[in-house]
Amino acid sequence: MDFRDSPEEAAFRERLRSWLAERAGTFPTSGDDYWRRQGEWHRALHAAGFFGLSWPRAYGGQELPPVYDVILDEELARAGAPPRPSLGYLVQGLGRHGSEELRRRFLPGMINGTERWCQGFSEPGAGSDLAALTTTATRDGDEYVVHGHKIWTSYSDVADWCLLLARTDPDAPRHQGISAFVVSMHQPGIEQRPLKMINGVTTEFGQVLFEGARVPADQMVGAPGEGWRLAMTVVGHEREPSTLGFSARYGKTVRTLAARVEGAPPAELAWAAVQTEMLRLHVRRRLSEQLDGVSHGPEGSLDKLLMTWVEQDVGHAALAMGGTRDPELLSTYLYSRAQSVMGGTSQIQKNIIASRILGLGA
Amino acid sequence: MDARLTTEQRELRAAAARLADELGPGSVLDLDDADRVARLEKAVAATGWRTLRSDGASGVEVALVAEEFARGLVDVPFAGPVLADDLRRDDTAEPWTVAVDGEAADARDARRVLVLQGRRILAGRAGHAVAGVDLTRRNAEVSGPFEPVGEVSAEHAERWRALALVVTCADLLGAARGAHTLACEYAKVREQYGNPIGSYQAVAHLLAEGLALIEGSISVLRHAAWAVDELTPAEAVHAARVAKLYCARAARTVCETSVQVHGGIGNTWECLAHVYLRRVLASTDLFPAGLEEIDLGLS
Repeated sequence: MDFRDSPEEAAFRERLRSWLAERAGTFPTSGDDYWRRQGEWHRALHAAGFFGLSWPRAYGGQELPPVYDVILDEELARAGAPPRPSLGYLVQGLGRHGSEELRRRFLPGMINGTERWCQGFSEPGAGSDLAALTTTATRDGDEYVVHGHKIWTSYSDVADWCLLLARTDPDAPRHQGISAFVVSMHQPGIEQRPLKMINGVTTEFGQVLFEGARVPADQMVGAPGEGWRLAMTVVGHEREPSTLGFSARYGKTVRTLAARVEGAPPAELAWAAVQTEMLRLHVRRRLSEQLDGVSHGPEGSLDKLLMTWVEQDVGHAALAMGGTRDPELLSTYLYSRAQSVMGGTSQIQKNIIASRILGLGA
Repeated sequence: MDARLTTEQRELRAAAARLADELGPGSVLDLDDADRVARLEKAVAATGWRTLRSDGASGVEVALVAEEFARGLVDVPFAGPVLADDLRRDDTAEPWTVAVDGEAADARDARRVLVLQGRRILAGRAGHAVAGVDLTRRNAEVSGPFEPVGEVSAEHAERWRALALVVTCADLLGAARGAHTLACEYAKVREQYGNPIGSYQAVAHLLAEGLALIEGSISVLRHAAWAVDELTPAEAVHAARVAKLYCARAARTVCETSVQVHGGIGNTWECLAHVYLRRVLASTDLFPAGLEEIDLGLS
């Protein structure tokens, strides 16, 4: 057992640190500016060899152990640089369920950032109950025609492609009639509607109306009806510890708040410091377990729940440090409220933990 | 970076768990079974785990045994003797423990008591038992004369403080795990409205939250236990304080959940839930940590 960097990890950290020092202050880290330039940041990270670290070389990754992603997250936070673009779950979804042809066509661009992606899962009537989705894809010759309404679609306004879930068999049992597609976002029949979130940001989430958008049949990911399995892969990986890269940023926020303290820090801030340190160590333990080939199933829900509590406690610390009088702190607080909803609500995570880990039959 | 236990550490944990399951109290009535306690005492003494430190073991091994013993409500001394051993590092048959704030901790059957005063080690005698919250461990009065029995380096004294915090954290985690398992088992068999109560989300979600708190505690404790010997003394104490604050809050919540899930029965003397809760309260008070001690610059 050793929580320190190995010599290889330390060398990687050193290289990354000097690369980041050269670029200090050149990229916005929050607000609409951050989301607007996220693609540029993604490409810069990949070109310098600091993105897609644990993914296959064949698609532009480096096949490093997942702990390198933690080093990346820590150093990005430490340098005050923007976070790592979060798309591991899309890579996993396409990588595990797509044909080799689809993987070769789409994974390199997804990983190197030359093609931007969004995820078309949630709908106004299908949130926690994702299988209630009503978007349809109807076969028409060599194509499918898509009708429906997707919401909470991150980066939809800048995306080139959408990994879309749609119902292809209205007569099948509801989990079995869903298929997944790679749909071009540059075509008629797609209407973008921005969403303004409670912290005022407009460029993170969007909603997308598909009104006769078309997708070639060979851009179905997996077999007809395999969409639900792909969705479970994707949401499972949304909760993986290495995907929970925001943990390093919570520590950064706490340090930033601590620098403003005059006199005794509020208890909320000290508690947020304890919580962020716990999460940092928790992510390290989880990634270490992956060295044994443990792939995370329902345990991801425990990690997501812990992360949510930490982010929301950091939000409360921001509030305790004068958040109502400081727009940035207020935004940190308000943004934290979404964590118990996005990527599966805390209530859904608790259902998963209770039924699949504790065996309570809830 | 590798936070995994070694094979030897896993085996030690399994052995400690077996011993606790076999001879720890399975009910509140068992706490008064003197024959059982004598068998447990003999078994624990035979393992040599009370002198893990003088045998060269790290904080991780000490924490693993402490955790499993608390999970099984082991009601013979471990934390006290193991901390005394860390100061003395000589293997004598006489039962030692340590004193904190003028009371001998974890002092069942202890005759001699060590006090760390700055860097000086003083030895006194353990006297009458002191009434306390914990039903599985008891404190005792300390009496002089105090004789100096040695001195530790400033670094050793600091690492000892980290180890003391870590041992109590491990106790908190173990007790939380025991209380949580007890509640989950009960929730699967207790029926109301024709269904096991664990099938209701209102109950299930409390237990799910408890498991997340336990997982977080494992992570933060694992690091603190490793840090005792591997980081600088100041870093080791900081890691241990963070772990103590987290584990104490988590363990109390988990035990309160266990009482709640047991309903009316959970509020009776006969239910083990309060035995876990009491042990958690005692371990929180022993070598306490406060939020005001957290160095925000280090985290």
